[in-house]
Amino acid sequence: MARNREGLVLLIDVGPAMHSVLPDVEKACSLLLQKKLIYNKYDEVGIVVFGTEETGNELAREIGGYEHVKVLRNIRVVDEVVAEHVKQLPRGTVAGDFLDAVIVGMDMLIKMYSGGQKGKKRMCLITNAACPTKDPFEGTKDDQVSTIATKMAAEGIKMESIVMRSNLIGDAHEKVIEENDHLLNLFSSNAIAKTVNVESPLSLLGSLKTRRVAPVTLFRGDLEINPTMKIKVWVYKKVAEERLPTLQLYSDKAPPTDKFAKHEVKIDYDYKVTAESTQVIAPEERVKGFRYGPQVIPISPDEIETLKFKTDKGMKLLGFTEASNILRHYYMKDVNIVVPDPSKEKSVLAVSAIAREMKETNKVAIVRCVWRNGQGNVVVGVLTPNVSERNDTPDSFYFNVLPFAEDVREFPFPSFNKLPSSWKPDEQQQAVADNLVKMLDLAPSAKEEVLLPDLTPNPVLQRFYEYLELKSRSTDAALPPMDETFKRIMEQDPELSSNNKSIMDAFRASFEVKENPKLKKASKRLLRDKPSGSDDEDNRMITYDANENKIDVVGDVNPIQDFEAMISRRDNHDWATKAITQMKNRIVKLVENCTDEGDKALECVLALRKGCVLEQEPKQFNEFLNHLFELCQERKLSHFLKHFTSKKITLIPKSEAPDSDVVDENAGDYFTVKPEPMLES
Amino acid sequence: MELDPDDVFRDEDEDPENDFFQEKEASKEFVVYLIDASPKMFSSTCHSEEEDKQESHFHIAVSCIAQSLKSHIINRSNDEIAFCFFNTREKKNLQDLNGVYVFNVPERECIDRPTARLIKEFDLIEESFDKDIGSQTGIVSDSRENSLYSALWVAQALLRKGSSKTADKRMFLFTNEDDPFGNMRISVKEDMTRTTLQRAKDAQDLGISIELLPLSQPDKQFNIILFYKDLIGLNSDELTEFMPSVGQKLEDMKDQLKKRVLAKRIAKRITFMICDGLSIELNGYALLRPAIPGSITWLDSTTNLPVKVERSYICTDTGAIMQGLIQRIQPYKNQNVMFTMEELSQVKRISTGHLRLLGFKPLNCLKDYHNLKPSTFLYPSDKEVIGSTRAFIALHRSMIQLQRFAVAFYGGTTPPRLVALVAQEEIESDGGQVEPPGMNMIYLPYANDIRDVEELHSKPGVAAPRPSDDQLKKASALMRRLELNDFSVCQFANPALQRHYAILQAIALDENELRDTRDETLPDEEGMNRPAVVKAIEQFKQSIYGDDPDEESDSGAKDKTRKRKACNADDVKYDYIELAKTGKLKDLTVVELKTYLTANNLPVGGKKEVLINRILTHIGK
Repeated sequence: MARNREGLVLLIDVGPAMHSVLPDVEKACSLLLQKKLIYNKYDEVGIVVFGTEETGNELAREIGGYEHVKVLRNIRVVDEVVAEHVKQLPRGTVAGDFLDAVIVGMDMLIKMYSGGQKGKKRMCLITNAACPTKDPFEGTKDDQVSTIATKMAAEGIKMESIVMRSNLIGDAHEKVIEENDHLLNLFSSNAIAKTVNVESPLSLLGSLKTRRVAPVTLFRGDLEINPTMKIKVWVYKKVAEERLPTLQLYSDKAPPTDKFAKHEVKIDYDYKVTAESTQVIAPEERVKGFRYGPQVIPISPDEIETLKFKTDKGMKLLGFTEASNILRHYYMKDVNIVVPDPSKEKSVLAVSAIAREMKETNKVAIVRCVWRNGQGNVVVGVLTPNVSERNDTPDSFYFNVLPFAEDVREFPFPSFNKLPSSWKPDEQQQAVADNLVKMLDLAPSAKEEVLLPDLTPNPVLQRFYEYLELKSRSTDAALPPMDETFKRIMEQDPELSSNNKSIMDAFRASFEVKENPKLKKASKRLLRDKPSGSDDEDNRMITYDANENKIDVVGDVNPIQDFEAMISRRDNHDWATKAITQMKNRIVKLVENCTDEGDKALECVLALRKGCVLEQEPKQFNEFLNHLFELCQERKLSHFLKHFTSKKITLIPKSEAPDSDVVDENAGDYFTVKPEPMLES
Repeated sequence: MELDPDDVFRDEDEDPENDFFQEKEASKEFVVYLIDASPKMFSSTCHSEEEDKQESHFHIAVSCIAQSLKSHIINRSNDEIAFCFFNTREKKNLQDLNGVYVFNVPERECIDRPTARLIKEFDLIEESFDKDIGSQTGIVSDSRENSLYSALWVAQALLRKGSSKTADKRMFLFTNEDDPFGNMRISVKEDMTRTTLQRAKDAQDLGISIELLPLSQPDKQFNIILFYKDLIGLNSDELTEFMPSVGQKLEDMKDQLKKRVLAKRIAKRITFMICDGLSIELNGYALLRPAIPGSITWLDSTTNLPVKVERSYICTDTGAIMQGLIQRIQPYKNQNVMFTMEELSQVKRISTGHLRLLGFKPLNCLKDYHNLKPSTFLYPSDKEVIGSTRAFIALHRSMIQLQRFAVAFYGGTTPPRLVALVAQEEIESDGGQVEPPGMNMIYLPYANDIRDVEELHSKPGVAAPRPSDDQLKKASALMRRLELNDFSVCQFANPALQRHYAILQAIALDENELRDTRDETLPDEEGMNRPAVVKAIEQFKQSIYGDDPDEESDSGAKDKTRKRKACNADDVKYDYIELAKTGKLKDLTVVELKTYLTANNLPVGGKKEVLINRILTHIGK
């Protein structure tokens, strides 16, 4: 195994107590493997489950014991099958012993990578750690764990334990849990092991680091207090946005018979004097220009080279200041971490002394940094202390970039005190607000804090990889709806809101808001049939609407919103059908009852059409439209028919929904020629 | 190395798609600077901190404008500006009115975009002012001359340019005379006051706003009630808001002008859903965004005219030019999974653009590493939803009082993010508002974005060295000595940006000398060399490193690499020269090729062919 590859063993508890969360475990693990297939496809993975009825592992065969631990897959290079495999974990029947599983996993890693193979070795344990572990043959459990952990450290095996405890039954064996937590802690102090406690499926998804990024230092050099006193430090990124993979352009121009076609697309840039001219300017005939007022100033590379701002690599301390002097919102970028050079013990000490003193006295340091030699710019930033809670971790600093004078746009805003009193809350309202801020609490205690950034996964990435998997199986797979798990970051926790219902009601009642009647915004919002992809905030999402999710009937006040909310409900597929049926009834009523609300009916028809296209229910709409057309003719509602024509409402053709039996050319046919065969329904 | 702002000012991984950071030029602005040039502006002085001497009011006004002009040309070069002095000896204006002088440079209309030449000549205006323009009181009661009236007229005429629908039009009036018609007979005074106010009102009716930047005498405050309150149309409520202390110091004035020149631009209108059935309206402002040099325009080097850049997508198999939207692929499981652009954008669209409140946490839950990009400032608006401000203020107060921040989900970015809303109390200083009241929206990273670096540096079971009490004490002494006085976050100019514009200005004006730009970000050497500071550093150093600072305990990581390199160099297995002659270098592995390169101190980067070529060149020598 090469230096930058990883051998990973997943140790998954599938005992009965875990059954309810296994779907989420499967999701998290398959995402991990999917990303390995894309980014680290030479990594090797083994899977071990425990808590199963059967036993199947080498240790059991060789020396006995280690029951109910089953190796689903030996360590080998990730492949298509494994991502699939992990989605169908067996459901076990007995309470599993996680210590047995850890030993089995460690044994696999040692056997596989003995003989000084380089590369990283990692175990990932997912369990609720609520079942008792067996006593060892000799010594105490503590001794046993310490021995295992020391062995792990010696072999360079890292371990990460994810303890999922959302669904523990009240009388849970507290003693067992306490003991298990203690054992897991022992791992942490003797090996590179950490334990993450997660309380919800969401944080379970977030706790498993699915993307392995090789840590690269941004800077290695001196943190200079003054020219005589320098501390050796390394700087890494602490936070860096994980993005979607960069997708390649694909060309379908090559004839299908060409087996060697690469299907690649090259991007060419041509520089021309004018758009019409065919004459291309050679690179050496071009010069860079910068805008300065109305002029564009040409600057030759030589001029730039001789005149440009020159820097020397280094971090220089400017001084210390009160932490309260640096307001939090001045942090400009993603965050770096400054750690002392691990080989320089004195530097570790120096960083630690300053960091601890900074924490003690609430001070921060201001530094000026140039990360690379000759880099064209400098940054000024703030060092804040990161004092380690773990004994074996050196203290470090976080580094945040601060703005330059040019980066600030100071606009004065009116003081709240100077606003008219009708805009300000009275005492009673203030009390209600205080209550809300106090009670809608996401961190009742440090341990119970929810929605920690460190444990909250990115929903878009999750969705992309899910879609990718579906598409790899069927090219025209539909985009999956948003995973239910992610509701927890997109809307208020229903439990929290219902516990605080009276407070929320009081808040709503105290702070009445109304749309400004002087603005005729409603008229603008009426025709909302914008192409999806436009950035308009009002453009409602069809796939998932956080706002009106619990709507179960298409009312007559806001039929369109109701319909859209209903059709996007994913808790049951019936909602779509129900929504369509109710919307049809609503439209018929609107058409029948009144003359002047033609616009509203038309709106509804448009919404229905859009919904039917998205739900791929062309027949529902096409039949209804024909029916509606008939109805109008019957009742002599010709003005309404005119709207149909003017708004170009058409049947849903094949191009919009493959299930449709209307060809594109005939999509407008229903109101010109009566298509007899289509009226059977 | 070429100075490409896209490279220099962007980190390797910054998202080029994300244009949210860059300010969008929504509309343009027309500005006329009206500067009082009466003798009183020259005789009154006030103290300047920067240069530590007495400066005339005229100098203060002119240098403020010169500075503002420079930021104009950088940040908002589409705006059009004009300079108009009044109470002058000479006259120069289209209306041919006495006592008004419109300053301009060649190749430029009276009101036009700022040019390099304008900046340069305005910088030097004080030297030639007396000769070319001259100062002379232009309000004379006998002749009924009224230079203030004339100045307003001229300015209004200049601002006739451009439609008031698409552009903001403003006048900035600099004066230290709070009662221009004070010394006149009552009848004349009334008459002149009336006509002047009418003139101002006419301008305002045309959509022009008049802003006053008054300068106070050291012994006498500028009294706005005497005359100007009516001219700029302040009612009694706003009067208290108007800051009369302005003009005491040069720095304050600069600050004031800077704030007022920037028009307030809403970056985003946001619907904030507090709970089901209650949404309020907020405006988001980008108060902090990295300033970058403008984009590069390619020029034809012979004509210096802009070059047209055409981008084309070419199919490598057939050479055909690709039209329309091109499909994307992701290699996955031995196949190419295809996506249309539409599908990709659908994947990213997971929510409405709203800001949805999820709950509250104590402020200490917001860690220093919970940051990704510049924050957005939120301020309520009652324009569309009445009652928004009240609900916002109530939450704002509660959050400050209870020291909590709100966690919310914001769908307005790609990808949507969890955000922290931190309430900010208004902070004021002599110079005006330092921090506006409102909430700052801080974009939180996801678990995917956070890296566990600390773990890398842990040695299990081996305690990390921790400082002794004495070392802590020395560190504390050091920190006290190195305390920065009056540090404020944005006090430094960006030296690279300053240099960039200095280069542009020098080339634009054909100057031989580069305007001197000082790098303010360097440590204060003088302060660092103060004996007490040196001593504190020395003591800290002593406590950490002991007597011999060079004796760094080193666990040898560096030595190892050095050793490896050295041993590789000795370990030359092949006769490279022979291999090169027979063309067999290509049979070696990249590692073997690199051994040679390392041994000969050559760069080791590049593909195999490049490495081979490099060796061949080297041997060839």
